[in-house]
Amino acid sequence: MTNTPTNWTSRDDAAVEHMIRRGASRRELLKMLMASGVAVAAGGTLLSHATAAVAATPTTGGTLKAAGWSSSTADTLDPAKATLSTDYVRCCAYYNRLTFLDGAGTAQMELADSIESDDAQTWNIKLKSGVQFHDGKTLTADDVVYSMNRHLDPAVGSKANSLAKQMAEIIKVDDLTVKIVLAEPNADLPTILSLHHFMIVADGTTDFSTANGTGAFKSEVFEPGVRSIGVRNDNYFKSQGPYLDSFEFFAIPDNNARVNALLSGDIQIAAAVNPRSLRMVEGNDAVRTSISTAGNYTNLNIRLDVAPGEQMDFVEGMKSLINREAIQKSVLRGLADIGNDQPVSSANRYHNPNLAPRDFDPEKAKFHFEKAGLLGVEIPMVASDAAGSSVDMATVVQQAGAEIGMNLTVDRVPSDGYWSNYWLKSPVHFGNINPRPTPDILFSLLYSSEAPWNESQYKSEKFDKMMVEARGALDEEKRTAMYWEMQEMVANEAGTIIPAYISNVDAVTSKLGGLEANPLGGMMGYAFAEYVWLDA
Amino acid sequence: MTRSFLPYILVAQRLGIAFVTLIIVSFAVFFATAMLPGDVAEILLGQAATPEAVAGLREAMGLDEPALSRFVHWLLGLAQGDMGTSYVNNIEVAELIGGRLLNSLRLAAVVTLVSVPVALTLGICAAMWRGSIFDRLVSLLTIFVVSVPEFMVATLAVLVFAVWLGWLPALSYGVELDSWSAMLRAYAMPVISLSLVVSAQMIRMSRAAVIETINTPYVEMALLKGASLSRMVLRHALPNALGPIANAVALSLSYLVGGVIIVETIFNYPGVAKLMVDAVSTRDLPLIQSCAMIFCVSYLSLITLADLIAILSNPRLR
Repeated sequence: MTNTPTNWTSRDDAAVEHMIRRGASRRELLKMLMASGVAVAAGGTLLSHATAAVAATPTTGGTLKAAGWSSSTADTLDPAKATLSTDYVRCCAYYNRLTFLDGAGTAQMELADSIESDDAQTWNIKLKSGVQFHDGKTLTADDVVYSMNRHLDPAVGSKANSLAKQMAEIIKVDDLTVKIVLAEPNADLPTILSLHHFMIVADGTTDFSTANGTGAFKSEVFEPGVRSIGVRNDNYFKSQGPYLDSFEFFAIPDNNARVNALLSGDIQIAAAVNPRSLRMVEGNDAVRTSISTAGNYTNLNIRLDVAPGEQMDFVEGMKSLINREAIQKSVLRGLADIGNDQPVSSANRYHNPNLAPRDFDPEKAKFHFEKAGLLGVEIPMVASDAAGSSVDMATVVQQAGAEIGMNLTVDRVPSDGYWSNYWLKSPVHFGNINPRPTPDILFSLLYSSEAPWNESQYKSEKFDKMMVEARGALDEEKRTAMYWEMQEMVANEAGTIIPAYISNVDAVTSKLGGLEANPLGGMMGYAFAEYVWLDA
Repeated sequence: MTRSFLPYILVAQRLGIAFVTLIIVSFAVFFATAMLPGDVAEILLGQAATPEAVAGLREAMGLDEPALSRFVHWLLGLAQGDMGTSYVNNIEVAELIGGRLLNSLRLAAVVTLVSVPVALTLGICAAMWRGSIFDRLVSLLTIFVVSVPEFMVATLAVLVFAVWLGWLPALSYGVELDSWSAMLRAYAMPVISLSLVVSAQMIRMSRAAVIETINTPYVEMALLKGASLSRMVLRHALPNALGPIANAVALSLSYLVGGVIIVETIFNYPGVAKLMVDAVSTRDLPLIQSCAMIFCVSYLSLITLADLIAILSNPRLR
């Protein structure tokens, strides 16, 4: 690595690796590196370094210890009740879904052999044959029907109840075929079935003190709030079985303690590391970072139904006044992608890449504010630690405003009760939205006229109609075109300013191979256990 | 005759008061929990908590019964030795607590073994040579240790011994405890961090208690009769200072069962303190109550033990 520039860090390595995984060409990467001042010769070395990481050969064996950030007695082995990252990690290791999302966000078949529909309303699901549960039982349509029906039973307390409700009929056709009839056409069903809650459990399972799934690992130890240990399932149905002999997962809630445990070699994965501790990770050759941008964002919401957001000029002004680059670089320390005011991030395959983020243009903002007669009027922006980084973002906007004579104030309120007292209620406030796998879920949750969380009170009949139409469209091209147009509508017409999509940073030992970014979240969409290996 | 019964009557009184306190605390914890917003069904469902879903889950979990009757039911069960079942994961509370209480007690025992002899020796010696360089050094150090918060001690210890020097593991649980040296290594840092915190208090209290008795006329009398310094302190002053010292020790140690949440968090040690926090955040009533009872029992037994030592060691009560 003699050609490496002196200030090159493992974070940059990870960023390049991230781009390669996304499919950036060598030319694009070199262009990016040149733009950041790296000489071409050095750039070549860096690229081969990162490419090597992507194309390494797996090693079999070994035990991995990974630490998440939260765990409690509410930890569960019941996929329907899964809430926290620890639950997702366990579910992914012990069970399988009908489909899973690959790194590009496309649904791939897992337990299903095919999922087909002619009208997006009646779906035929063919299952793989010869798949066995850990107790030796063979997977049949009964297991799938039982697993899906659990979400509709209020006594189960499923987290996916609202998504499962659209399944009007779940019928066993033969031993390996299930028919699902939806209440309304929804072409996203294969993607919805890839969510962690829709893991398949054996027919009739009510006891979840241990996990009887089809997954790559068998549950050996499960102590809620303490730890989980899984051992390799030698009878796994995929030809590329798990590489690890066993893995242990627990939580170290304190960020520093988690990073320290990684640095001292006691664990091999420290999930969701605070950007503040990255310097410690970067100074150490034995560890590296893995960055994934799944689409979590903190946004500035301007309600369009009350002053000052009633005047579109105020909204336009704010969109030009927000310095996205400053927010991405200094507030989020570079660990984010610049956003363009719509919720579908670049991790999603329906993301519209032609929709450029607005430029930071104080003069244009001033023009709009002047037109609205709001220059010098005191306008509070409600921010809170509950919406991550919102206080810092608000300060950036406030300062930019002060320079053109806007009197924006930062109204900082406590985290406790923020979501019930301020969010959706204050005229100008911040929100934070977790990643969702499909544009339809995002739009129906956040932007349709009936949306329960319509953050800016955006109402458009055209948008509502397009949403229903796109939901049922099986033609990918037509669907993509519609989603692109809807993203433009949201970016231009709604009052939600989305300055950046925030990245998740996992710190891992340099010996760890196979970890890739996934649109369902950090740690490879929580499914790392099956795919990673440890170099000897 | 009546005089020799006096200590036993006092002891019986102490035990009776302890029992009544336990019942009162149990009710206080129940009412405090009842005042917390949200219930276990709402918290389990989180963002998916639609009114129908909450109602359905409540019914399935038997939460539609009034809270007070569920509590009384639990209390009656406890009287028969049944701590109930956790609402959140349907595991017996006794099973959830069992292993973790053992962890907490083991840690507390090791810390006690390390810190009490050291603290008492330092405290009594400082009192014996009051005003000397040794005394001042001990006082200075204890004030220093008392003022540095334990999360700082713990984090620094991890950074130095685990990350930079690589001598000790950063986590205390989950490492292989196959040999004595491995166990010593795993327990070293939490024990040192906790010992620092609890012994500072004990050192200062025992020094103060011994000095107070040294200042009494009868100890001065012993000195005038020609007793050596050590005989004067150990034989004459210490028995009378034992009561306050035992109380100071008990107060410091009672902290070790329920109050070590920070050390449990930093060293990822699964004890009962973290369990209680989990229970409160999920509104898991049987678990909250059981944890509270355990903290209360451990606190009361330590304090009662200290009182017993004070009563039985007091020559005037013998």
